[in-house]
Amino acid sequence: MGIRILKGGMLTTVQDLGRYGYQSQGFSVAGVMDVRSFKIANLLIDNPENEAVLEFTLIGPTLEFTSDTIIAITGGDFTATINGKPADMYTAIYMKKGDILKFGSARTGTRGYIAFSSYLQIPTVMGSRCTNLKSGIGGFKGRKLKEGDYINFRIKRRYLPFFLSRKLTPDNFEQDSATLRVVLGPQDKMFTKQGIHTFLNEEYTVTGDFDRMGCRLEGPFIASAGTSDIISDGIAYGAIQVPSHGKPIVLLSDRQTTGGYPKIGAVIYADIPKLVQRKTDHKIRFEAVTIEEAQKIYHEEILELEAMRKAIHVPCKEVLEIRLAAKRLNKLFDEQ
Amino acid sequence: MEDVKILTEGDTSILIAFKQEISPEVNAKIAATVKLIRQQQTPGIVDVIPTYASLLINYNPQVISYGQLKRRLTALLKMDLDTESSARRVFEIPVCYGGEYGPDLHTIAEHAGLSEEEVIRIHSSTEYLIYMLGFLPGFCYLGGLDERIHTPRLANPRKAIPAGSVGIGGSQTGIYPMESPGGWQLMGKTPVRTYDPDREVPILVYAGEYIHFYPVDEDEFNRIKAAVDDGTYEVTIREGSAPDTADGGEKNGKEA
Repeated sequence: MGIRILKGGMLTTVQDLGRYGYQSQGFSVAGVMDVRSFKIANLLIDNPENEAVLEFTLIGPTLEFTSDTIIAITGGDFTATINGKPADMYTAIYMKKGDILKFGSARTGTRGYIAFSSYLQIPTVMGSRCTNLKSGIGGFKGRKLKEGDYINFRIKRRYLPFFLSRKLTPDNFEQDSATLRVVLGPQDKMFTKQGIHTFLNEEYTVTGDFDRMGCRLEGPFIASAGTSDIISDGIAYGAIQVPSHGKPIVLLSDRQTTGGYPKIGAVIYADIPKLVQRKTDHKIRFEAVTIEEAQKIYHEEILELEAMRKAIHVPCKEVLEIRLAAKRLNKLFDEQ
Repeated sequence: MEDVKILTEGDTSILIAFKQEISPEVNAKIAATVKLIRQQQTPGIVDVIPTYASLLINYNPQVISYGQLKRRLTALLKMDLDTESSARRVFEIPVCYGGEYGPDLHTIAEHAGLSEEEVIRIHSSTEYLIYMLGFLPGFCYLGGLDERIHTPRLANPRKAIPAGSVGIGGSQTGIYPMESPGGWQLMGKTPVRTYDPDREVPILVYAGEYIHFYPVDEDEFNRIKAAVDDGTYEVTIREGSAPDTADGGEKNGKEA
């Protein structure tokens, strides 16, 4: 019981929130690129927050289900079909043994996610099931999925309460631009006032040099105050390096653990999904927020996800009406 | 502590920047600070990443806010650091120098104007401080390479360098923990695995410890390699005796 990969797509990997605690030993954190879409996929089917999913990029995979299970699809629109019929996103879907789930290329966004209620049978390596492609560890044999691969499920879990209520409004991936909020630092002092002004007021363009490690942007030169190298230090999620060429590079899930270029700032956690769903030539602007504002936004997103969880844990209207009618009928019979 | 700054790096990381220089003294302070942070078990800290002169801390803002963490770290940095007590742990790493194991040994010797034997003697007579790990799992940034054998990187990096290769890149020396592209001049190879994903603890050595290379011949290399493959080899770890003479001569943290 599990899934067979009929087509691997461009880059389909097993991911979760990443392998934390080993960055000091040279291991990249890895993990999903779009944390928000990942969390919503798991939330829709009552999975633990950090349950492993499939992440696919630009061209999605084709999967055959060898047993019944429940899934949820989130992220960009890859025109998913089940046995040739359009599949809904941001909802719980009951999959039957033999069903074929097929994704095309990304119509909107760049990354999509599938969560499974029966959990993927992937061994935990150093506390995580995520694939670290560079080190070749974790996930499915440390690599991307390809035709013929087979992943078992860990458990049988084919029932969810409030099944018909499990529907959320999909996030919008149509935009071709994004404003990313950043906290300046730690090396913003190495840039001139003019350099900071350029960074916060000019428009940057997503280049083709964009992978799980990071995203290079093209645009106006960000002037540094003097030397353009630092003594190598650790790199945070979303950190924005500006080497001597003056163009920003945003570092993402597969970022190297340490680096020697100054970091003008870092994209806040809640805004990284906006960047990772953009395509080549999309436009990016940066807006500075204080650390306190950034962490307020961080909490607000957690509350928003909590509200989503609540919204799908109530009987849906249609079911509720039938239940009320049944209750009234019962009452009538009882009175007789 | 003087020269120490606490800086933001996004909303889920904080950077403690010490005096920005590559020196054993600064590195020892960082190691002692890491120890203190681990001892205090501050909730919300998910990762502590020491480097040459800084300490990056990843944390969960849902558990601890920037303000709270900064206050805790400020207090912690005022505590007396225990930089003296820990004995120097030196890992003895056998290296088969030259030949097919170290195809660039003659280049290094030529560049230094020394014989290959002299280069090996110099390379294997220092206890190298591990300043930090990074770049690849288990990749050590070592300090203290003798200036006489500093050698520029290859003009054309190799596409695949075998795991265990020992090389020199500019003012740095080190071991490739896994097969990787790279531009260092290869002088030899060790059968010891500094990174082994199938081992219970995949990483062999950590920041703050020392590495000492010693030459072995091909027969000894093969004997050790067989024992490593069987899982029966244990690296000799001894307590360093020499006074700290590392001068922190190399100044660049460039990647391999």
